Amino acid sequence: MGLWLVDRFGNPSGSHSVARAARQAIDEARDTIAEVLGTAPGDVVFTGSGTEAANLAVLGRTRSAPGPIVVSAIEHHAVLNAARAAARWCDVPIRVVGVGRDGTVDLDALGAALDRTVSLVSVQLVNNEVGTLQPLSDVARLVRRRAPGAVLHTDAVQAVAWYDVGQLGAGADMVSISAHKFGGPQGVGALAFRRSVTLEPLVYGGPQERARRAGTHNVAGIVGMAVALAAVTRDRAAFCTRTGRLRDRLVAGLLAGIPATYETAPGAPKAPGHCHLLIDGVESEALLVLLDAAGVAASAGSACASGAMEPSHVLLAMGSSPEVALGALRLTLGHDSTDADVDAALRVVPAAVAQLRAGRYSEPVEAR
Amino acid sequence: MKLWGGPSDSGCCSVADVEDARRVCQQLGIPHHVFNFTAEFEREVVGPYVAAHARATTPNPCIACNAHLKFDRFLQRARLLGFDAIVTGHHARVTWSGGVWQLRRGKDAAKDQSYVLYMLGQPELAQLRLPVGELTKQEVRRLAARIGLRTADKPDSQDVCFISKAGGRASFLAGRIPLGPGRLITATGDDLGPVDALELVTVGQRRGLGLTPHKRPERRYVVNVDLSNRTATLGALDDLMVRAVALRGLSWTERPLWPGSRVQAQLSAHGVPASGRWEGAGSSGAVVLDQRVRRVAAGQAVVLYAPDDAGDIVAGGGTAA
Repeated sequence: MGLWLVDRFGNPSGSHSVARAARQAIDEARDTIAEVLGTAPGDVVFTGSGTEAANLAVLGRTRSAPGPIVVSAIEHHAVLNAARAAARWCDVPIRVVGVGRDGTVDLDALGAALDRTVSLVSVQLVNNEVGTLQPLSDVARLVRRRAPGAVLHTDAVQAVAWYDVGQLGAGADMVSISAHKFGGPQGVGALAFRRSVTLEPLVYGGPQERARRAGTHNVAGIVGMAVALAAVTRDRAAFCTRTGRLRDRLVAGLLAGIPATYETAPGAPKAPGHCHLLIDGVESEALLVLLDAAGVAASAGSACASGAMEPSHVLLAMGSSPEVALGALRLTLGHDSTDADVDAALRVVPAAVAQLRAGRYSEPVEAR
Repeated sequence: MKLWGGPSDSGCCSVADVEDARRVCQQLGIPHHVFNFTAEFEREVVGPYVAAHARATTPNPCIACNAHLKFDRFLQRARLLGFDAIVTGHHARVTWSGGVWQLRRGKDAAKDQSYVLYMLGQPELAQLRLPVGELTKQEVRRLAARIGLRTADKPDSQDVCFISKAGGRASFLAGRIPLGPGRLITATGDDLGPVDALELVTVGQRRGLGLTPHKRPERRYVVNVDLSNRTATLGALDDLMVRAVALRGLSWTERPLWPGSRVQAQLSAHGVPASGRWEGAGSSGAVVLDQRVRRVAAGQAVVLYAPDDAGDIVAGGGTAA
């Protein structure tokens, strides 16, 4: 990436040789991404993030062909909030499809929400909080049958690191990805199309990306994204096996070491890097402070603008009460995770939970 | 703490204010976490604030917040996490002497906030540090500027954190309870005209009633609010004056005062203390003042002080019955 930021810093839209070199770099990146995602190169639009890609899909389609929007209740806020904005902007309804306790889309409810007027359906491939894999080919089949006029978008941001999105997402018309979720840099994502979909752009200006997303390309970021995507594709099988083993040891160890703790959606197909638990009788807000102090990075729900925790909409949609949802703990494993990390977590987390459950009282401090 | 999730321009609770806190912590090398206590805040502070207006009593949201959030929920969380103490920026002092913790007025009399801390007892005082209480506000700002804190010049936060300056109390309450008109009357029943929102009228109020202003001694004050009859009774200042204030819900920083104890009673957040004596036992009683004072609206907090050269000591306090 450094090369494209320094020695060969050029604007791909220009016509001189430096520009042409930059242009070639992003063209090759585009080829790589198209191949991995199973689309044609002309059907990849580079964006500034996975969020922007999802926004382009949802808002772009609805503004171009207004009609009811159908989303799952556990979509990332990038999809949910874009859908809400599109609904307000274009004065169309949103139909939110529930999920089962296993964290996957309720196909019957989805079928009931689909009809010939629906313009856009958006269902993710892997849930970012719980890690559950959605039955996207069943979703696609239902959409073809019940809402033939609709475009199906899948947020594959969480899926790319673990699954062959080209294959699993084959039924979707639009696929959004985010580089930093698969080892690439922050600040770059892409929206890929499997068939021609007219979208109203979010960003207007020059003719880049076939007028679907204006603005000078983040050449270094795009190159980085493609390199990361190629690497993750090449190493995926081994990575999944190694990470899955670590995750399984972590889950088993925490379930054994902490009484009254439950794996969220046990038995559901899940991405190998996700460990998600519900811990009785503790507030994860407090738990995260203790874990942070002990060097274990974890999360629980989503943070609002001030940084305070909100109960997870995903858990609520799966049928958890708000109290139970406030005891959620998510630990994710990635490229750098090792057995030592799992050992550390198995030491720190049970001790932290025990401290909170004991309601340990600090003795009043005497005068100095 | 994230306490209020709605719009805020008081300088205390908005995302921008949280950012200020986060950045100052970064400068000082302190880990910064935000706890979501919005549900408790709604239940213990905002709900009662609204309900008090619907009953024509005076709420004390800042006192309710201290009692239920800062020195209850937050302090409990701190203890659970193994912390030794909590620290706030209240202008007040906590001292240790003769085997007890004392809560005293802050050094800067104009900024003293001991009044809103009256409900603290020994366990809370033992784990509370108030570093700015020994400084004047000016000294605090000078110190902040000297160490380069971005908040050194930030305006003082004002008023109730969940009431915006723009809309005020009226628009906040209008969204939650029905605000209805009433009649202003005299004690003898003469009608003095309408008032728009009777629920916003308080005992002791003189302004904002839409009356032609009078000069003393004819100034008129609200002496009673009757929501069932939809009237507010106006009278002369003399009609408002009382010799004693009945209190309930007393809490004591150390132990209850003996009946007959001399006290300085502060009857409002920024009021001048009135001298008198405490006649009561335990959690209820009355303050009998040396000179008459204006009646204290029901629900208003009254704090009892023992004068001391090292800073007047808060003996305890309660709410006007």
